[in-house]
Amino acid sequence: MTTSSTGELPLRNEHDIVLGRQSVRHMAQQQGFSLVDQTKMVTAASELARNTVIYGGGGTLKWAMLQEGSRRGLRLTFEDHGPGIPNLELALTDGWSSGSGLGLGLTGSRRLVNEFEIASTVGVGTRVIITRWK
Amino acid sequence: MERIPILRMGEFLLVTIQVDMHDQLALRLQDDLTRAIEKNGAKGVLIDISALEMVDSFMGRMIADISGMARILDAQTVLVGMQPAVAITLVELGLSLPGVATALNVERGMTWLRRTLNASGDDDHIINR
Repeated sequence: MTTSSTGELPLRNEHDIVLGRQSVRHMAQQQGFSLVDQTKMVTAASELARNTVIYGGGGTLKWAMLQEGSRRGLRLTFEDHGPGIPNLELALTDGWSSGSGLGLGLTGSRRLVNEFEIASTVGVGTRVIITRWK
Repeated sequence: MERIPILRMGEFLLVTIQVDMHDQLALRLQDDLTRAIEKNGAKGVLIDISALEMVDSFMGRMIADISGMARILDAQTVLVGMQPAVAITLVELGLSLPGVATALNVERGMTWLRRTLNASGDDDHIINR
């Protein structure tokens, strides 16, 4: 697997969420994603970026454009140094929410991508990595 | 201050969302729209999202909330123009917008609103969901 391009965007506030999803749209287009796949990736990114801003107290979105043989993909990493999630299993249960969301952020975005990884340590922060292939 | 315009058409209010909304803008719309329903005595609200390229759970919840608030204020809401890719993504995300009336486009949405209002009589509304 090769990585053709990488970068990083700050996620500090609501406007960064909007900028983040616009950037993700652009990258998904560059990778040749179909309109539905673009929409899924952008929506997943929006959910996770909001989590980073609201629950994580801000953080970063790192992106990597991937190539593996003939297939192309996009990997996004959302990282914050917020309070962390005490019970990951519970947080990944449908309908669960700690805040004002619908409890769809984590579980919903997981359904919209091909690969989903999460690591969280209380008092240290949370990292979510999602990948979608064309 | 950035705002989404609300147009009045007779007893209906028409909202066309054409920008990628940040969260505060979505909440402001909710506030503005409920005020406009009250001020104009509007009986119906049509929200056109044909220009939106994505709807996430926050926006979906905002739309569902508007529909619920409008109903309590005696106005019916119809959501129109959702792009197919957005519909596919929303359902996969887990948000099927229960209780929100939808129509394919503005024209069908207006027809639905008129029919719903006629069916429920002038002042005495029947909640049909």
